[in-house]
Amino acid sequence: MAIFLQQLINGIAQGGMYALIALGYTMVYGIVELINFAHGDVFTLGSFLCIAILALLGVSASGQIIAGWQGALIALLVVVLAALLCGVIGVLIERFAYRRLRNAPRLAPLITAIGVSFLLQGVMRNWKGPSEISFPQFLPNPTFAFGGVHIDLRELLVVIVSILMMVALQFFIYNTKLGKAMRASAQDRDAASLMGINVNTTIAWTFFIGSALAGVAGFISGMYFGTTMFTNGYQAGLKAFTAAVLGGIGNIAGAMLGGFLIGIVEAMTAQYISDQWTNVVVFSILVLILVLRPSGLLGEQLPEKV
Amino acid sequence: MSAPLLAIEGLTKRFGGLTAVKELTMHVEAGSISSLIGPNGAGKSTVFNVITGIYVPTAGDIKLGGASIVGRKPHQVAAAGIMRTFQNIRLFAFMTVLENVMVGEQTRMHATPLDSALRTPRAQREERAVSERALELLDFVGLSAQSEQWARNLPYGMQRRLEIARALAPNPRVLLLDEPAAGANPVEKRELMALVRAIRDRGVTVVLIEHDMKLVMGISDRVTVLDYGEKISEGDPQSVRRDPRVIEAYLGKGA
Repeated sequence: MAIFLQQLINGIAQGGMYALIALGYTMVYGIVELINFAHGDVFTLGSFLCIAILALLGVSASGQIIAGWQGALIALLVVVLAALLCGVIGVLIERFAYRRLRNAPRLAPLITAIGVSFLLQGVMRNWKGPSEISFPQFLPNPTFAFGGVHIDLRELLVVIVSILMMVALQFFIYNTKLGKAMRASAQDRDAASLMGINVNTTIAWTFFIGSALAGVAGFISGMYFGTTMFTNGYQAGLKAFTAAVLGGIGNIAGAMLGGFLIGIVEAMTAQYISDQWTNVVVFSILVLILVLRPSGLLGEQLPEKV
Repeated sequence: MSAPLLAIEGLTKRFGGLTAVKELTMHVEAGSISSLIGPNGAGKSTVFNVITGIYVPTAGDIKLGGASIVGRKPHQVAAAGIMRTFQNIRLFAFMTVLENVMVGEQTRMHATPLDSALRTPRAQREERAVSERALELLDFVGLSAQSEQWARNLPYGMQRRLEIARALAPNPRVLLLDEPAAGANPVEKRELMALVRAIRDRGVTVVLIEHDMKLVMGISDRVTVLDYGEKISEGDPQSVRRDPRVIEAYLGKGA
């Protein structure tokens, strides 16, 4: 039982990360019906940017621990900057790679999305090299024990930050004017523009928010795993995409649910079957969902499409 | 005669080799009800799409209150004071009836996300003003009782009226109605005629595309007839009805 609970916690932590990335996929799909395959790489870029910002702040991978409010302040600064930068990059990607293709056949922007994905990977490889790079572990990492179950600060951080982000996003979409413009544009782009909503600006903000969340996930992932690599986003992106499809692509709550489920499935597979089989299981879920229930778990039954 | 509120001057729209609208000139007086009629494929909806900025005209000019609106984006045309409904209803299906009417105004509120989060007095005041106005409009079109239902669950005729309420929300100068009576039964058509007149009485100039001749002839101050993208007749309902070119376009030669 303790092992099960331990794996459940691992799965939730990992799943929170997938959920954050899945939100970006699902928001963009909801509003422009594009699978933004460059999204996973924006997530990796988030990790890379965090490392660069930490280096600027004088924090390197040497293993120095910065405790107390100083550490918290640095973490906050890094995550906010990385999120903003990723957001801007997401807006630029939309502006230059997707906007002109918005009314083109679906295949065209899909191909440019894959192109942008390779472009970002190439830039990251040339920037930090082709091998794994370490992410400075500058925060202390005490472990809390509950019975036989251990949670360390990093896991707690991942779960808390991802849930906070989701709650904030949910609030944002339902209660702010931009969120309402996003919902209207997602439901009928042309009607929204004729109601006076600036659809281009709204779509740009959607990319900004989705990419900023990927940047946050990039920070969390770096803190959690301690390393990153230029190809990381490829697989993490595909798994987050699976999460988005599992929950119902275009559906915000579905992306969160799907993310946590995929994380838990991964952890349980690793524990009770084998580490080697996690990808097989996860991507089998993708295939099964697409074949048996393409609208996903929450799908179109809920009016959450953004 | 005063200057027209909406002036379409020599408007041409070509799609490749197809000329959908050819050198159309049409003047709409403030406070009037004008109709644009013609057989299917005559280019009526294209005219609406060009006015609202969905299409850029190939040639010609469109002026609202003397200022050209050609080249503006749809949301800018809306901001200038032209709203519309759609031939095939395009509501926000997953919003409530009230939300549909409010959403356009809400996106123009001044409240920042922080205001919304903290529910500051300013945000609450704005929200209340927008919702009061939306409720008044729902009452005006007769949908008060349905305000909390999802738009997609409304019967067809109510969806049409909801589209009209939504289009009236920003208090437009001109309202374009694209086949508002499509699929309506005789009772609904009579109600619609009364509604259109009431909209005009609110000070909104109405232009409608319509197939139902009885409705068009009953409420229009002025009728413009298109056939194959060209204006073949224009005038008050009585003279248009008797115009041999109109009869020919609708019924064919020899009728």
